[in-house]
Amino acid sequence: MTVWIFRRLIQAVFVMLAMTVIVFVGVNVIGDPVEILISPDADQAERIRAIAALGLDKPLWEQYLRFLWGAVRGDLGRSFVFNEPALQLISQRMPATLELAVTAVLLAVVLGIPLGLLAGLYPHSLFGRLAMAGSILGFSLPSFWVGLMFIMIFAVQLGWLPSTGRGATVTVFGIPWSFLTRDGLAHMAMPAFNLALGNIALVLRLTRSGVRENMPMDYVRFARAKGLSPQRVVFVHVLKNIMIPVVTVLGLQFGSTVAFAVVTESVFAWPGMGKLIIDSINVLDRPVIVAYLMMIVLMFVTINLIVDLLYTVLDPRVRIGGAE
Amino acid sequence: MSATVQREITPFRRFAADYASNKIAVVALIGVVIIVFLALFANLIAPQNPYDLAQLDIMDGRLPPGAKSPAGWTYWLGTDDQGRDMFSGILYGLRISLGVGFGSAATAGVIGSALGLIAAYAGGWVETAIMRLVDLQLSFPAILVALMILAFLGKGVMNVMLALVIVEWARYARTARAAALVERRREYVEAAECLALPQWRVLFRHILPNCMPPLIVIGAIQVASAILLEATLSFLGLGVPITEPSLGLLIANGYQYMLSGKYWISFYPGLALLVTIVCLNLVADQLRDVLNPRLQR
Amino acid sequence: MTDATLVVTNLQTHFQMRNGVVRAVDGVSFEVRRGKILGLVGESGSGKSVTGFSILGLVDPPGGIVGGSIKFLGRELVGMAEPELRGLRGNRIAMVFQDPMMTLNPVLRIDTQMIETVRAHADVSHAEARTRSRDALGLVGIPSPDERLSSYPHQFSGGMRQRGAIAIALLHQPDLIVADEPTTALDVTIQAQILSEVQKLAANFGTALIWITHDLSVVAGLADDIAVMYAGRIVESGSVESVLDRPLHPYTHGLIGSVPSRNKRGSKLRQIPGMTPSMLGLPPGCAFRQRCERASEECKVSPPITHPAPERTLRCFHPQLELAA
Ligand SMILES: Nc1ncnc2c1ncn2[C@@H]1O[C@H](COP(=O)(O)OP(=O)(O)O)[C@@H](O)[C@H]1O
Ligand code: SF4
Ligand SMILES: [Mg+2]
Repeated sequence: MTVWIFRRLIQAVFVMLAMTVIVFVGVNVIGDPVEILISPDADQAERIRAIAALGLDKPLWEQYLRFLWGAVRGDLGRSFVFNEPALQLISQRMPATLELAVTAVLLAVVLGIPLGLLAGLYPHSLFGRLAMAGSILGFSLPSFWVGLMFIMIFAVQLGWLPSTGRGATVTVFGIPWSFLTRDGLAHMAMPAFNLALGNIALVLRLTRSGVRENMPMDYVRFARAKGLSPQRVVFVHVLKNIMIPVVTVLGLQFGSTVAFAVVTESVFAWPGMGKLIIDSINVLDRPVIVAYLMMIVLMFVTINLIVDLLYTVLDPRVRIGGAE
Repeated sequence: MSATVQREITPFRRFAADYASNKIAVVALIGVVIIVFLALFANLIAPQNPYDLAQLDIMDGRLPPGAKSPAGWTYWLGTDDQGRDMFSGILYGLRISLGVGFGSAATAGVIGSALGLIAAYAGGWVETAIMRLVDLQLSFPAILVALMILAFLGKGVMNVMLALVIVEWARYARTARAAALVERRREYVEAAECLALPQWRVLFRHILPNCMPPLIVIGAIQVASAILLEATLSFLGLGVPITEPSLGLLIANGYQYMLSGKYWISFYPGLALLVTIVCLNLVADQLRDVLNPRLQR
Repeated sequence: MTDATLVVTNLQTHFQMRNGVVRAVDGVSFEVRRGKILGLVGESGSGKSVTGFSILGLVDPPGGIVGGSIKFLGRELVGMAEPELRGLRGNRIAMVFQDPMMTLNPVLRIDTQMIETVRAHADVSHAEARTRSRDALGLVGIPSPDERLSSYPHQFSGGMRQRGAIAIALLHQPDLIVADEPTTALDVTIQAQILSEVQKLAANFGTALIWITHDLSVVAGLADDIAVMYAGRIVESGSVESVLDRPLHPYTHGLIGSVPSRNKRGSKLRQIPGMTPSMLGLPPGCAFRQRCERASEECKVSPPITHPAPERTLRCFHPQLELAA
């Protein structure tokens, strides 16, 4: 087991290294590093001085090592626009994004699993069919457009919810959170639900097919033959088996949710790191872009690692055989 | 077994019959055909050329659906802030969206399938390298990969196309390799090898055609997701230029007028996008069921 | 007949399929007495499992019991309300399934799966339920049951899993156990061990046992009575000795002829010609007639149940009296 975890860690480090190479090559070879790293209004003398100072006259591999060394120490350059360390900017915006993404994933669990269970237990009922049709729609809907429609209906026409922004926040551990105030929750409702739509559809489908796959299995019939209540059969026996793929997929999906928050944040002017990255791409604030990419890649690698570990905790069959 | 076949059943006829067994899928296919037709002949059908600024009158801006144009015809879907007829804008926007979607999906399909076949056939370190790259890329969501590429290259239609191709090739490669590995084991390849045919010929003339069904299914799904991704990127302002809006940009343009209740500028292009994606996905679903019954859901 | 644990009369369990009705169980009658073992024998697909599930009320749509009666200790099970039936399942009537790899839930520990069964029917503490579970595991011959309780099914061998399932069935010392081919998936030595242990347990507890199998040789050494099933009907029944010594139905003859030990060394194993008919839209008449050497015009109507000897039943127009060599 420890061997397995160790091997998995090494693997994660390699993925991380590969991504630093890709990002480094992306900005330094495909893009023009001078344009990226030195502010456009610098004059010629300043440029040459800066190039020397940044080591851009050094060979590429040396530059890469510098970049890597900086990255390890958390130094990914300064934003041209904000004149702040890029990593610090990203870190300030990250909680807002994480708050949104976590809420969206929770929504997917809270709504997707019960709906999927119902749809799986009664596949031929009207509800079962509607749920299936709805989930196809959930995959096909352009999420940004749905966000606009939410704003139009719930903010403009009905006036129930605020259209944009994060609302009142409460600071805990030096980080502002929206979910602790009524106003904050009202602001979060639409973006979180919007971001959750695809995940709800996904969880619904996974749960439904899991139920349909598991119900005819012998272990379910045996559980019923033992005289257990239908509730216990479904919520303990079947659900425990379904949770393995659902948790795995949702865990992996968390990264995508954070990435997709870029769109939701743009629609609802949610001040997270997704909004920041779009603004940065538009004004070519590349240190921020690089910092964002490195941050999110790190997040992905970590999530994949955690999901793998979680999987072994959930599935006893893997736990033992996992060491191979 | 004992039933005698009256009419000759060609593979295509059987395929068509299987496909037609699902009425919704037939409707979706008709929908796709109509949408492609509308996009192809947008310049003949649209009452106005929305990209020709001379035809636009800013005084006609933000008219609601049903308003009359100065020339006397009706803006059935209203106008946008530039005074552009939304119906015409949507037809031309569809053309761009479909063009980008089909174009990038096809390009990615050619590149990805070729790499997948090469991986399956070459084996060894070539296969390892290609498949590792595929795994790495598929472990990141499409939107992130696209953002990364646009961050390196800057915005613009060509860069969006390139990003879409880079996002999509990996899935084709994985599918093609998996299918090719199965096909390789079959006898006919051995037979072809015994005849000492050149390798590329075995690969592309014998193996590729038999790998087509799963690739077609993936292709149909990929076209839909490419269109969706392009719309999203354009909505974010990273795609097509503002003078020639695709559906995503049309929707973005309506954003600021949404708050004053002028819903139609964003609503109708989004509806067109939604119908297109739903139809494509339904067609892909049915193709998957028909072409590969084992691969259901 | 007063000691009959289960009396099944004219049971009909059908499946309403899109392209017709499958009469999986079509007028089956038999009874099992206290402490006795009934062997229910027939080829795969003859409706043995569906008969077993019908007794426990576990036939799901599109299937269902459409007629007949199942009397368990004098209580009618057909049409009994689900909560009441649930109180009997796992408690007074238990079932053991064919494939031990599939019957235990792979992601729950053995103790969880046993304790929940105890507490579903007895108002006892968790600790007490655990003790009972351990005792049951010991009873079926699982070594060091205390440690084994905290295992997951995949840590058990196939034989151990089936013992575990039997232990679960024994938890409440039921009056009836339906064992649906419980040893088919196991190898011969383990099969023999389990058979003899089950026989002992049934005798000790006075439990009536229905042992479903497609293997006549299993029943020969185990059961008191035998019922031969073909295409949803019991074609012949009686005590084991009388049926095996003096089989009357051509199908029973075929089954006996295909048992290896009965054949002289070197002689060819006799197979019943033809295949089990599809149960979908079975034509009227004797279902065996396509494969029967003795079939006549008469056999195009269903043969009625006759009693060629006391305690014996038969569904055949032309019983075969001589033994096939
Ligand atoms: N869930 C079901 N749906 C439809 N038909 C079924 C179902 N279960 C059993 N049957 C039918 O009932 C018949 C008897 O099945 P079964 O009792 O499992 O046979 P056995 O246990 O003797 O091998 C089979 O022909 C089968 O097709
Ligand atoms: S009834 Fe007729 S067909 Fe059926 S087993 Fe007897 S002799 Fe054979
Ligand atoms: Mg069976």
